[in-house]
Formats: sequence, C-alpha cells, structure tokens
Amino acid sequence: MALKLTDLKSDVHNDWCPGCGDFGIISAVQMAMAEMNLDPNKTAVVSGIGCSGKTPHYLRTYGVHTLHGRSLPFATGVKLANPNLEVIDCGGDGDGLGIGAGHFVNSGRRNVDMAYILYDNGVYGLTKGQASPTLKLGVKVKSLPLPNINSAINPTMLALAAGYTFVARGYAYDVRHLKELIKKAIQHKGFAFLSVLQPCPTYNDILTKEYWGGEGLLDAAGKQMPRTYKLEAQGYDGVVKSEDEMEKEEKIKLAVMKSFEFGDHTPIGVFYQNEHVPTYEERLTQRMPTYKTSPPAEQKIARDDGTPLANISKLLDELSVN
Amino acid sequence: MIGGAQGSGVDTSANIFAKAAAQGGLHVFGKREYYSNIKGEHSYFQVRLSKKIVRSHVDTIDLLATFDDETAVRHAWEVRKDGGIIYDPTVGGNNIDDIHTIEAPVRARLYSELDSQHLPHSVEGVLEVARRKGVHIYPMPYMDVLKKVGEQFGESSLSSLTRMINVMAVAASFALTDYPQDQVNEALRKQFKSKPKVVEINIAAVTAAYDYMRDKYNGGFGHKLAPIPMAEKRIFVRGSSTVGIAKILSGCRLQTYYPITPASDESEYLEAHEIIDLDGALSNEAQAMKGSIAVVQTEDEIAAITMAIGGALTGVRASTSTSGPGFSLMAEGIGWAGINEVPLVVTLYQRGGPSTGLPTRHEQGDLRFALHSGHGDIPRVVLASGDLEEAFYDVTRAFNYAEKYQLPVIHIVDKAMANSDQTYKMFDPNLIKIERGLMISGTIPENESDHGEFHRFKETPSGISPRPVIGTQGGIYWNTGDEHDEKGHISEDPTNRVMMMDKRMRKLDVASKEIPAEEKFHFFGPKDAPITIVSWGSTKGAILDAMESLKEDGIIVNFLQLRLIAPFPVDEVKEILSRAKKVVDIEMNFSAQLGGVIRENTCFPLDQYVVKYNGRSMSQEEIYDAVRHIADGSAPKRVVLTNGA
Repeated sequence: MALKLTDLKSDVHNDWCPGCGDFGIISAVQMAMAEMNLDPNKTAVVSGIGCSGKTPHYLRTYGVHTLHGRSLPFATGVKLANPNLEVIDCGGDGDGLGIGAGHFVNSGRRNVDMAYILYDNGVYGLTKGQASPTLKLGVKVKSLPLPNINSAINPTMLALAAGYTFVARGYAYDVRHLKELIKKAIQHKGFAFLSVLQPCPTYNDILTKEYWGGEGLLDAAGKQMPRTYKLEAQGYDGVVKSEDEMEKEEKIKLAVMKSFEFGDHTPIGVFYQNEHVPTYEERLTQRMPTYKTSPPAEQKIARDDGTPLANISKLLDELSVN
Repeated sequence: MIGGAQGSGVDTSANIFAKAAAQGGLHVFGKREYYSNIKGEHSYFQVRLSKKIVRSHVDTIDLLATFDDETAVRHAWEVRKDGGIIYDPTVGGNNIDDIHTIEAPVRARLYSELDSQHLPHSVEGVLEVARRKGVHIYPMPYMDVLKKVGEQFGESSLSSLTRMINVMAVAASFALTDYPQDQVNEALRKQFKSKPKVVEINIAAVTAAYDYMRDKYNGGFGHKLAPIPMAEKRIFVRGSSTVGIAKILSGCRLQTYYPITPASDESEYLEAHEIIDLDGALSNEAQAMKGSIAVVQTEDEIAAITMAIGGALTGVRASTSTSGPGFSLMAEGIGWAGINEVPLVVTLYQRGGPSTGLPTRHEQGDLRFALHSGHGDIPRVVLASGDLEEAFYDVTRAFNYAEKYQLPVIHIVDKAMANSDQTYKMFDPNLIKIERGLMISGTIPENESDHGEFHRFKETPSGISPRPVIGTQGGIYWNTGDEHDEKGHISEDPTNRVMMMDKRMRKLDVASKEIPAEEKFHFFGPKDAPITIVSWGSTKGAILDAMESLKEDGIIVNFLQLRLIAPFPVDEVKEILSRAKKVVDIEMNFSAQLGGVIRENTCFPLDQYVVKYNGRSMSQEEIYDAVRHIADGSAPKRVVLTNGA
C-alpha cells in the first residue's frame, strides 16, 4: 500500500516560526519517505536540541528527540542494535558542528548506514539567535550585539576529512531538489551527510530566502539570479565508481574545491559519494557472521521461563582450577 | 608478594603462582597495585593463600620474591620476623640513589630509617634491616642459573632468558615452601598452552630454581605449603572477566565504552568473546546460530552512554562500563534515560577521585555521585556488589531491574575488585533468571493502539507502562528529553507534569516492595553483637576476614553490608540499626558517603567512622585494629586508615 503524505504527519501542532526553512525540509523528508514507501513502523527519526530537534514530533514514525549535540551517537546505537531499521538523523548546525562536533567527526570514521540531515541556518534559533559554527567571521546578524568573532566551519570539507562517504548540500526552499537529495542520502550505502541551507527568518537577516533567491544579484539582462546552482546541471560528478584509491582521492579533491564556493555562486547537489567503503555493519559482520541475520536487538536471550540461552561453560572452564 | 618494573611480567608470574596454589586446593586472594604507567614504574602483586577461605590482603608479608632492586628496597620492610626474601645478589650493591622510579618522599623515609640504624643507602642496607628483624634472606643468582638452562636448550639470547626470571622467582618461592613442583609445571602448561616450546623451557627453568633452592637452603624456611583435596568445583577469577562473563550470560548484546582504567578490561574481554555459544538444549534453528555481542569503542563517554541508550530503545540489553571521569560525562545521558524510562546498565568501576585523581588506585568515592548524577529527579537503581561472586549474580539483577522498572541501573564495582583475583566455588548459571518486564516487540493489535500510535508512557498504578521497542508494528511513539505526554510528545502542561513525575518516581516504590531482602543487603554475625559494622562494596572481604580474627580474640561484631543503595531499604536498615548497640561505618572515602546516605534515609546517628582514602584497599589487620580500638574505647570518632604501599 503506497504511503500518503498525511500518513507521515503527526497530530502535533507545528510551532516553528512562519516562513522557517524547516518547513521546506520536513516537507521534503515526508515526500522522500512517501516516494520510497518507507514503513513508519520500521523507521526512526532521531534529532538533537533546537528548532530542528522538534522534527520527529511532527513526523509519524518512531521519534527520538535526544540531547543537545548527541543525536548521532543515539542514532548510531539504534541502527547498530537493529540494522533492519531505517534511521534518519535531523539536527542543526550548532547541534552537529558545535556541541556535537566530536560525534560528527567520529561518525565519519564509522560509516554506519544512515542519513544525517543538517539544518544549516548560521544561528542558534531556539535560544534567540546566537552565532552558530557556520556563521562567517565578522558577520552581524540582527540578534547579535556585535559582529561574529569566530570563523566559520566549512561543513562539507569537514565531512570529507572525517571520511563521510556521501556529502551533499540542499536548499530548504528547493523542495523537489532537496527531496531527491534526501532519497539519495537514505539510499546511500554508508553514512550520508546532507547539509541544507535553511533560512531562519527570525534571527538570520543576512542569509535569507530573498538572499538565496538572488536579491540584488542581477545578470547582464538585469534579471535576478539565484545564488544557488545545481552541481549536476554543470556536469559535476562526485561519485566514486571503483575501489581505486586514486579515483577516490581525485573525487575528494574536486569536492573540496567545490566546497569553497559560497555566497553569490553556491553549489547544491551531491559533492561526493563512495559506496566502496565498507559500512560499520559490514565490518561487524566480518567479525560476527550472524550480526546481520541475528542483530543485537533481535537475538533471543532467554527461554520463556527466563533461563538464559547463552552457554558460558567454555568461559568458566577457562577459569576453572580443577 | 612479587614485584618488579611494570612490563616485566610481574602480573603473569603472580598469576602462575596463584593458579599453581589454587590447583592444589588452596584458597587464594590476589591483589595488584600499579602506577598509571606502561613500562618502568614499580608494580607489585600480593597473593594470600590459605586452607580456609580468604577474601582480603594482609599488610605483613611471609615471603617476598624480588628480581629487581626496587622491589627489595620498597617492600623488605613489610616482611615479618621468620619470613623470607628472595633476591638477586647481583643487585645487592645497588644504591637507592640510582633507582630513579622511587619518589622523593619514599626515598626520604628510606634514608631516615637506614640512617637510624647506621646502614648504607643500598639494597644490602635494607636487607640488613630485615635480617636484624629475623627475616631469612635468600640470594638467588637468576642469570647464572638461567644460563645453564639456556645451554641445555641452545638458547643464549639474554632477552629470552631474562623473560624467565619472574617464573624463576615463583619457582624459588614454591621451592622454599616445599610445594610440589608438578603443580607449578601444570600452571605453566595452562598459562602458555598454545606454546609448547615456551612451556618446555620454562619448566626447565623451574626445575633449575627448585634444585638450586633445595641445594642451598634445604628446610630453612618455616612456612610450608601443601596441596589439599578440593570437595567442590572451583574457579579463580578476576573482576573484569567476571562482569564480562555475567553480561554475556545475562543477554547483554550491545556494550559501548571509551577506554578508561580500570573499566576497559571488561569491554576488551567482551570483544575477545564477541561470538557467543548458545545452549545445546535449544531448537535446531538456534543451535545453528551463534549469538554475538557488538562491542563499540566510541569517541567519548557521552557517545558511549547515548549509543547504549539508542540501542536499548530497540530492545537490546545494552550497557556501558566506565570509571569516575567517564561517568561524570555520562550524567546528562543518565537523565535522558530516566525521563524516557529506558532500561540501561552502567557498570561503574570506582577509582581514586576527584578529577583524574589516582587513576590506577582504589577508592569508593562515587556513591553520592552515582545516586545524584544528572540534573532533576529521575528514578534509578544503584546496586553495589561486595565481591566478585556477588558481582557475577548482580549483573543479571542489574539488567532485570533495568527492564522491569524501565530505568537506568548503576552497578557499582571498583578498582580493588577489577584488579583482584580470588578463588570461588564455581559460579552456577542455573541460578540466573532473565526477566524482561513489559517489553513488546513484533505486532501490536490495532485495538490496543491509537491508529498505530502507542501510549508508551501511559499512566498505570505501578508507574510501569508497556514498552514497545522501535520497530514494533503499531507501536509508534516518541522519546524526548523534554517533559512529555503519554505518547512522548513535548508537554509543558503543569497537570501532565505532575502526573508524569509521579508515575516515574512511583516505580521505585514498586521496586522497593518487589526486590527481595537478600538482594538489598547482607547481614553477617550474631544479631546482638555489641558492635555493628555498616559498609558497602569491596570492603566486605577485609571486614569478614577481620571479623573472624576479632572473634578469635573475643570481640564479637556483626556486619550490615548494604547492596541496594537506591531505592534505599529504609525499613530494613531502620530495623537493624534500631537494635544495634554501637554502629561503626567503614568506607574507602573521605566523607563517609554511605554513612550520610544512611542518616538521611533513617535519621539514625552513626557512632564511629573508619575511613581510608590513600588509594590502597583496606587490609584485614587495619580493620581488625580499628575495631579493636573502638571496642576498648580508645579510638577517636573518625579513624583514618593509611596502610599500603
């Protein structure tokens, strides 16, 4: 039975600010899930803290709204305990690149098969607009008393350095394009990182919807030019097609170069993808052949009368003295 | 006692010594002390052997086996009159000045003792002090004896021969006590079972050491050891593997950890045993399948606890093991597990705090923190094991409590347990019962859910609600660290808040009623003794051993060992303390943390305190002395113990 968009919507009143980019993201997530026919009973949406953290409550799937910065290890625990579940992590740029930066980097090393959607708006919205790790040095959005004193992280380059095997960027108000990117991220074998340019209409008065739409940027004919462009439309191909380390290196270099483009000419689309890196689940299966067929969450551990199924006699024999 | 530089095989040789004795039917207690260092610093292993059960160490040494200068210099003082010291005469002339790993204050203490007896600042000087006290000194020229062994085997590499010095020290010790050499050979065969050549040359070294000691010192040493028959099946275990085995048996299938002393040994044990045998009496399908436990090393302890919680939401029994500094990082995760009613087991190996503290030394300083870690009020169970046998059975209880009451369980053990070895009657897996509480998996019938959504946090009389795991058909619900409604959606409604808080905390009342008395505390000794000791955790062994020697001297005490600290067994403890005549609290921390917990829960004033916080576990004699002085009225209200090197 095909899923309808309404099947994926919870009854909870959505309290994001009017005009919030998060609406575009959640619509794209719902559309992607419906098109992929993801079973809401077998799907967990995990989030951290902040406006983005409320996402699971608005979706009708298992929802895990966790601690500030910790959504990635929570999500990893869900997925590793039951790799048969679809796990989607939604978090903000402060959540993932500030307080949770350690988890962001180390998730790249693990390459667990799940998708991470980063809502990137340059501010801490829910605490009223402080500068987040992606806000550029010297920028003064309206809620800041003084211009930002820190430099910005380049999330794409950080993800590439950490070993992410899928690195993409979308734009919250290009919902159809974003939906396709979300589908690709979910389908990707390995850890997929998708950052989304997400205007915060309340606190970020610089990277606005109008800004991304091209306000004040005119072409030779005097027509407004959007500040985002699609990588695929320019013939860019970041997909690694073989196990050849050289090819991988080349594609990473290309993606790093692209990651510097930001502002009037900002690429969206897939920067890099490589499915030739074994996932954490595959690495576990190599060591424990029954991991996938009998994952931790699905292993029976006791009979009905409570007696344990594990037989530890060999382990005790190793310690026996007589 | 055997000692030496870290990395020189002290641990292995002490293990061989202990196992050879255990095989012979002797009861064994062993304890390891070491620096936060990999190679070079001094470490020592103390092994106590007896015909009757022993559960603790003693401060005086009968036989000190050394093969380096530092061990002789540091520990010769602890050897009793008529005891013995085996040492390498080639290091006899070494000056203490040249032993760089001895800290300045220790050096100053040594010099002052030597100066008072007009002796040189050398190994010989220290040995002379022992000699004057009546200690037998046994020179053992290891390399001379070993070179002859090497010649038999065509082995002349010095480094290969040096590796056997510690085994020679073990053999020399046993030779002095007339313990049969075949027991030592057997222990070597077990230790190096995959390396027959190593066994062969080591046995030759052992034989040479036996021959040498017999030739030179035949019959001179007063303490003799002999094998005795064993009526029961027995094991010789260490803390880290004990907890690990129990986790496998209890059905733990996801363990997360970040490296930390002394907790990581357990996770490494689990990783080394990640494929799990399933019981042969099962269906064919299950027999064909092996079980497995996923052990994940995370980037920090925050990830360790949150990953374990994520796993637990899917229905797996998940746990993490850590020590104080790591547990500090886990505090926020504990709170999240509490408000979301997630079954989770944290094994907390206490070590000396605060901060990095004494990373390789012992303390029971985290009781208050285990009780209160995290902001706000959550229900939790805090369970403290008193020895390795208790720890084995408590692991299953910890998981059972976690799943029955849907809350985090902090299972407290400590460094002394992690790094001590003891012989016990074989653990009995048949005593284990797994209880999973109101967990739901599979499919929830439509009439039991709200159009496929589930009231996961439904208010119930017990406070415990049915718990679908993520992936259950028709069980969709939400988790959040915010206060939430029955489906798990954020709610700031004041009425809902009170209802949810009451619901969660009510589970503790149920736990208090359901958990049997023997899981809450142990009571030892006669009810009407004039002194009642209260304590918790690994002081148990030394207290029980001291009680026996106190009884021999006519001092009768009883002992209340608290095991379940939260929810606190208020009525039971009140009842016991109300008939106690004098209550003495014994703990390994500065502030007598359990004493405070008892007072706040029962309003009973405690009469005297015996505390220790120098990083070295309590010995039998220390407790004996403290209680004797309390009995005769000569002890202050707060006794601070300081023994240990």
